[in-house]
Amino acid sequence: MKPAAFDYAQPDTLGEALALMAKKGEAARICAGGQSLAAMMNMRLATPEVLIDIAGLAELQTIDIANGAIEVGAGVTQAELLAWPKLAEFQPLLAQLLPWVGHYQTRARGTVCGSLAHSDPSSELPLALALLGGDVFVRSQRGHRIINAEDFQVGMMATALEADEMIVAARFPLARPATASAFEEVAQRHGDFAIVAVGAVGNKDGVRLGVGGVADTPGVVDLTWPVADAALNDFAWSLGGADDQHATARYRRELVRRIGRRVIDEVHNALP
Amino acid sequence: MRYLEAGKRHTVRFTLNGRAVEGDAEPRLLLSDFLRQTLGAFGTHVGCEHGSCGACTIQMDGKAVRSCLLYAVQVEGKALTTVENLATPDGLNELQAAMQKHHGLQCGFCTPGILMSLTQLREEEPNADEARIRDVLSGHICRCTGYDGIVKAALDVFGDVFGKN
Ligand code: FES
Ligand code: FES
Repeated sequence: MKPAAFDYAQPDTLGEALALMAKKGEAARICAGGQSLAAMMNMRLATPEVLIDIAGLAELQTIDIANGAIEVGAGVTQAELLAWPKLAEFQPLLAQLLPWVGHYQTRARGTVCGSLAHSDPSSELPLALALLGGDVFVRSQRGHRIINAEDFQVGMMATALEADEMIVAARFPLARPATASAFEEVAQRHGDFAIVAVGAVGNKDGVRLGVGGVADTPGVVDLTWPVADAALNDFAWSLGGADDQHATARYRRELVRRIGRRVIDEVHNALP
Repeated sequence: MRYLEAGKRHTVRFTLNGRAVEGDAEPRLLLSDFLRQTLGAFGTHVGCEHGSCGACTIQMDGKAVRSCLLYAVQVEGKALTTVENLATPDGLNELQAAMQKHHGLQCGFCTPGILMSLTQLREEEPNADEARIRDVLSGHICRCTGYDGIVKAALDVFGDVFGKN
């Protein structure tokens, strides 16, 4: 359980980091908090030649409200976003969901953008980005681009990032007036990988439900009030989950139906 | 840019429990191994080496973190605190004594990490309640105690039981 040898780079500026990415391509990996990457390196599931540590870059440590979204810089930890005083007001779903991301001890290092880049099918932040219709701001030496949530996560632990690109910020749209949200998940131990995670955001017309942990990427569906059991059941089947060591596909469908119902009711009851 | 080549040893300097320390490390050396093998500070335990068990938890710049998910070269200039810092010249500190009283440990393998998480939590949230303590303990695996003794010990020193804080 020790990582393979790698060069360690600690750039002083984002420009230096991007130049190194451009030079090393696939051989380099960005490390912010390292709470997923270092574990994968210890297990030798990842063996980068160069580890580019961006944790010290002050320009990536910002949380801002801009363009109708909360912009979270690539250096911001999950604990920092959770502790941001405006979070519950501007995007309550994130305030509800972040306590489920890893543990107290990993949120202290793990970053919001790192979790998106890692793109684990059972992780909560990619689900939040998909459910809220957010995007990521990506840079490379060639320029920048903005990638929508649905285009960003292309498969299990696979994103649309090119080898020389890095996420510099994630953008979660601000909560709209007269909406409500809810989040819940089932895992073997609080903070472990979700067997099923369900989030919901609704308004007077309907509710958008998002599910993680079942398919390779988060599944999202828009439903109108009143939400029938049949609609929830169709959605549970449409995700196409498989049996694995944690749960059967059938159990996962049952969780989607039951937790789905709970979070939908919670949203409904919380609506003004 | 600080660029440290693989396969070479690089000097790392930081403070450990208030004392300046230094040692040489290849980039791939885990902080947990650096603490134990290079510095001989065996208080920090190593269980899983992939961030699941919590045995290796230490404090770094006022946060509880996994030392098995950090490389020694990453802590240059930082302030680290480990379980060796807890006892006072008179013996066990309050939290340690409460752990003893409530049988919060049996084999003791998980204990250094749990003590460091609870120490950090106490600094941040001295009035944390049982639910919050259990939430923070979810980042640790203890194969012996069933956690209840640990929770009781924590509740002894956190504010809500005796209203001390
Ligand atoms: S040894 Fe670090 S979490 Fe298990
Ligand atoms: S006391 Fe033995 S693992 Fe916790």
